[in-house]
Amino acid sequence: MRTVDLVVIGGGSAGMAAALQARKEGIHDILILEKEDSLGGILTQCIHNGFGLTEFKEELTGPEYLQRFVDQVITEKIPYECGAQVLDLSKDKVISYSKDGKFETLKAKAVVMATGCYERSAGAIQTPGDRCSGIITAGAAQKYCNIKGYMVGKRVVILGSGDIGLIMARRLNLEGAKVICVSEIMPYSAGLNRNIQQCLKDYDIPLYLSRSVSRTIGKDRLEKVILSAVDEKMNFIPGTEMEIECDTLVLSVGLIPYISLLNNVDCPTSSTKGAVVNNYMETMIDGIFSCGNCLHVHDVVDFVTDEGRTAGHGAALYLQKRIHKENDIKTIAGNGVSYIVPQFINKNADENITLKLRVRKPLKDQWVMIKSGDNLIQKIYKSAVIPSEMLLINLSKDKLAQITDNLTIQLEDK
Amino acid sequence: MKEFTCIICPRGCSLKVDDNGNVTGNFCPRGKEYAINEITNPKRTITTTIRVKNRKDTVVSVKTTCAVPKGMIFEVMKVINTLSVNAPTRIGDVVLENILDTGANIVITKNID
Repeated sequence: MRTVDLVVIGGGSAGMAAALQARKEGIHDILILEKEDSLGGILTQCIHNGFGLTEFKEELTGPEYLQRFVDQVITEKIPYECGAQVLDLSKDKVISYSKDGKFETLKAKAVVMATGCYERSAGAIQTPGDRCSGIITAGAAQKYCNIKGYMVGKRVVILGSGDIGLIMARRLNLEGAKVICVSEIMPYSAGLNRNIQQCLKDYDIPLYLSRSVSRTIGKDRLEKVILSAVDEKMNFIPGTEMEIECDTLVLSVGLIPYISLLNNVDCPTSSTKGAVVNNYMETMIDGIFSCGNCLHVHDVVDFVTDEGRTAGHGAALYLQKRIHKENDIKTIAGNGVSYIVPQFINKNADENITLKLRVRKPLKDQWVMIKSGDNLIQKIYKSAVIPSEMLLINLSKDKLAQITDNLTIQLEDK
Repeated sequence: MKEFTCIICPRGCSLKVDDNGNVTGNFCPRGKEYAINEITNPKRTITTTIRVKNRKDTVVSVKTTCAVPKGMIFEVMKVINTLSVNAPTRIGDVVLENILDTGANIVITKNID
């Protein structure tokens, strides 16, 4: 069987960054497997700008950002196969995939999972009502609009105020559709503040909070939706119905890490629905690493790139047998924190470590407290925190040296 | 006093501009510039797509090379929608110069082979 030192599954931002970093650290035998016809991942269809401010200190569109990495992959002569759909991954890292109608297998010494995420669908959120055409996820609408050049509808309601929903509100509006409103079940938006401004307020598109679709109505094509207010327990409140005539309902109701390949290897997962990892982005399965949106859903691609590099670095250390295997410090999401990545830290890592976390709900004037047992390691003031903005905490080597016990991160009122 | 959400970067600072044009709430200097533009002449960069004539079911992404006045967005879109190109396309290829005298060029943002 063909063997490869490092196989990267997924040729998007995370996968390309991982492969490039591993190459930089001396790994020569690398293969990227990408299921689509070209490298790039989801950024291929994200034609809006705002990417690369951290990475390149300039504002790029999605395709411009990804091309810089494709160019590097080509310059570095890193082998990649497109149209390669991975079907199975085993614990001893045998990978089977389909390519050009053929079934291929190979054995990897190390694997980086960079498979991205998928969208929750109408079925997943159990939208009540008719199952007519005209109900589409925001990512699918984006692909039709930005890659194929098809309009998905003329009168559009958007359910969910995540960033893709907001971006698509603006996009469809620019292309001549009437975007009637965006409806969000939570009492706050799931999107970035800048997108509320530039995608909704700029075009006078109303955002209804604590309101969701209580019924879809249509025979063949969607004809109308009913929006109802919800109480704190997310139950519809009778008497609050708004009837809206529309031909399209765009769903932006959440992204879920795509890790079905990891199910076969009994890989432990966390509350992010991605794998449990340590500071090298190594999962609990020896030599299998994970990064990007298949680990936890990010809001900024620059951080995906950074995480890909960490995984590539980890994989290089693993192949060179220089990785520290002890996962001695656990990170614990305390009061107000919904998750922390990574879940384990190696105390002897001897390098700076970035912790990524999200808060549970929007709050003002908070201390982010980082404690090792009862010892306060660091506290950081935040004038405002919201769940849609991932917080990054850099633990320097000397801070790491002070850590003796499990690490808890929690919020405290100022 | 006017309040804005800064759109320059994902941080999304809450900016306040008082009647004398003093900006507060900005994390970086770009926020100050944004707030002042926002009360004097708000502008936006437009990203959209144009038809690729020699490929079936294909559009290519384009952008304005600088921000254009917010009030002109739909006029600019109208002109962009008349444009088309042939593949291959390269990032940075200029499709139209100085659209509607805004000083912005329309350039390709995606490589299609």
